[in-house]
Amino acid sequence: MTDAAYQPPSRIVGLLRQSGGLVLTLAITLLGLMLVTFVIARVVPIDPVLTVVGERATTAQYDAARAAMGLDDPLWQQFAIYVWNTLHGDLGSSLRTKLPVLGEIARYLPATLELATLATIIGVLVGVPAGVLAATRPGTWADQIVRVVGLVGYSVPIFWLGLIGLLVFYGKLGWVGGPGRLDANYSMMLEFDITQYTGMILIDTALNGRWDMFVNALSHIALPAILLGYTSLAYISRMTRSFMMNELGQEYITTARVKGMPERRVIWVHAMRNVLVPLITVIALSYAYLLEGSVLTETIFAWPGLGRYITDALFANDMPAVIGGTVVVGTLFVTLNLVSDVLYRLVDPRAR
Amino acid sequence: MSSPILRHAGAATLAAFLAGTAPAALFAATPPDTLVMADAIDDIITFDPQESFELSTGNALNNIYDGLIELDPIEDGKLIPGLAESWSLAEDGVTYTFKMKSGITFSSGNPVRAEDAAFSLKRAVKLDKNPAFILNQFGFTKDNVDDKIKADGDTLTLVTDKPYAPSFLYNCLTATVGNVVDEKEVMSHEVDGDMGNEWLRMNSAGAGAYTLKSWKPKESYFLQAREGYWRGDAKLKRVFMRHIPEQATNRLLLENGDIDISREMGPVDIAGVEGNPDITVQESPGGQLYYLGLNQKVDAFKNPKVLDAIRWSIDYEGLASTLLKGQWTVHQAFVPTGFLGADNDTPYKLDIAKAKELMKESGVEDLSTSIVVRNVQERMDIAQSLQNTFGQAGIKVELKVGDGAEGLGIYRARQHEITLQTWGPDYPDPNTNASTFAENPGNKDEDKNTGYLAWRNSYDPGDMKAQAQAAVVEKDTDKRAAMYMALQKEYMMNAPIIVMFQQAQQDALRADVKDWHTGGATGNAAYWLVTK
Repeated sequence: MTDAAYQPPSRIVGLLRQSGGLVLTLAITLLGLMLVTFVIARVVPIDPVLTVVGERATTAQYDAARAAMGLDDPLWQQFAIYVWNTLHGDLGSSLRTKLPVLGEIARYLPATLELATLATIIGVLVGVPAGVLAATRPGTWADQIVRVVGLVGYSVPIFWLGLIGLLVFYGKLGWVGGPGRLDANYSMMLEFDITQYTGMILIDTALNGRWDMFVNALSHIALPAILLGYTSLAYISRMTRSFMMNELGQEYITTARVKGMPERRVIWVHAMRNVLVPLITVIALSYAYLLEGSVLTETIFAWPGLGRYITDALFANDMPAVIGGTVVVGTLFVTLNLVSDVLYRLVDPRAR
Repeated sequence: MSSPILRHAGAATLAAFLAGTAPAALFAATPPDTLVMADAIDDIITFDPQESFELSTGNALNNIYDGLIELDPIEDGKLIPGLAESWSLAEDGVTYTFKMKSGITFSSGNPVRAEDAAFSLKRAVKLDKNPAFILNQFGFTKDNVDDKIKADGDTLTLVTDKPYAPSFLYNCLTATVGNVVDEKEVMSHEVDGDMGNEWLRMNSAGAGAYTLKSWKPKESYFLQAREGYWRGDAKLKRVFMRHIPEQATNRLLLENGDIDISREMGPVDIAGVEGNPDITVQESPGGQLYYLGLNQKVDAFKNPKVLDAIRWSIDYEGLASTLLKGQWTVHQAFVPTGFLGADNDTPYKLDIAKAKELMKESGVEDLSTSIVVRNVQERMDIAQSLQNTFGQAGIKVELKVGDGAEGLGIYRARQHEITLQTWGPDYPDPNTNASTFAENPGNKDEDKNTGYLAWRNSYDPGDMKAQAQAAVVEKDTDKRAAMYMALQKEYMMNAPIIVMFQQAQQDALRADVKDWHTGGATGNAAYWLVTK
């Protein structure tokens, strides 16, 4: 009774302390990320002023632009201003398009989010069972197939797979839509005929009840999602196999089997509960990796995603866009880590 | 045990895959009333004609706006009336008069007036964005432009600071900056005295065949045909331009009929579609030039024999017929083919024996130098070829490879020995290149004339500067052309800036696309004429 009365406040305090610690970690990590990105952007031998004024600029125009960009201020002051603005939701404006970076990212992020989520779902749905299959039948043909498929997924360059995939499934067979998120006529409809709630076409077309457009969008996202899902699957299946084999060697598994428990239950309930703990981290990391944007895939599939946005910005010396994009990706990365930490605690009582 | 799960997962994936795939083929063709194109359009930063200075925007704006005088979309380089019916130059040599056509309306429905034309030209000068210098060459400043450009009834008067070649002014007016915007519409969107600049960056207010419906930076733009275009409505109601920089992707989309025109296919993919009955390839000259800039701070490059040896050590034909096939042609003068007075003579070719002999005569021994080159494939290919042939002639070359902006920084600071660069004309008149190649207002470091290629290479062009300045005021157009020809010949043989190639644009079209005109080296593409 006394125990019961005593425990809940302790758990709440503990959870709060843990959450506070996590948020603090998050804040420090993001500040560090901003500092590193900011310093890199300032030390690279690329002149952001030339990006703004162009090759033909006179020295007077150049100097005026440099002063206007605040590049003559001390570095620490520039950084402090940047952090202050970022905290107020202002990531600056792109040097090229002169549009707010946050607004531009808001346009690119949904495309990446849609693709990465679908790819991760494919990766998990196929990768986890494949890993389990390989772990429960080590050395058999099933294990070998999973191993080879994983190896290919790891080692074959994604741009090559992408081009070949496009050539075969789009070029020759016509099974999937071509590069881009929609066909030309639907692209125009998307712009003018439907309400865009999320920027994710599959969700927006479904919410608008435009199933013809939904199907067209699905035909376009299928190939890049399957390809990215494949690389993610390769990683997830390898890790699942290794985690599962480790668990299956434990004594509690032997005990369960001796007690006559059905094998399916042994694997999917008893072993899987423990496999899930590290697996969540693996899946979260793999998802975060895809969210960074897969530049090559996005380039080949003309996918207007975050990776391409940041890379294009880098090539155009558009540093506010590069730093802004990196901060957003970093925030996503840290947040996903945070989420996986929380899930980890939910799944594993010992971590609470 | 796990096989049923695998089966389910596999079935689910397959179902999702098939659900998405089956109808794709149904939508393969582009809509019949829409021109769908692919190009690299990430250079677009604004759709305001008085701010825009980029190639991709030039093409789009050519279809949204009209100017007083325009370039014939079919016959490259020929001047035709735009919104002005006629124009003349007064005896004083500085007063130009333009009589406006009547009955033309902007897409807003407002009539096109002489006031709109005057407003647009003054707006360019007052906004003072990148292309403002094209008009400022005629002596316009923010302070005097209200007096120099005036509208009265259906007449626009423009007074230059001194007499220039009339063809120079007319050619400059055909540039994108000379497009006429709808004053009433634009000024109704003015914020903080920006003359509507912020609004016009993403909207349009022109008298052209199309209006800008939307622009997503680095992704796409849409143009919608308007009714009542004075030259006759556009044949295709909509234009959808997609940003697809990847060449193989361009080819796939074109082969599958998902785009009508690809403007971004490399030599490999162009060769790949040869023989495909559904696709035609159309070639037209572009305005860009490839050149070598040899810094005159390097003593050896002041020696005319060394410069000559270098001119004879370049494999012009070899590069143009292999690595640059279809994309660049041999061109050795600073005025591109297609421009008034362009010299198409190409006297230099690869002759290693001659180059060696010249090096011997020069008295310079064991010359070792470096080329600053941008880290993109095409430029690296050219630089490596130069390294090879220069080496055969006895000139040792080290390649300094870096990012484009980095190389440009070195170049503008005059810290290079040799640099491999491209240059594109700013407006469709030979003076655009003559002034930067053959003029240098002051050659000291502190003069910082960074806009002049001669200055960047520490080169004083001597009396060629006077020749360029004489040509720009010559009233007789034929005589003017001859002056540029003579200047280019002299430059080609003496200057340390060695022009090698001129751009050639290759567009791949679906066979049903007709009447595609790119405007050649001087102009811009005309979408409104295209049929399919």
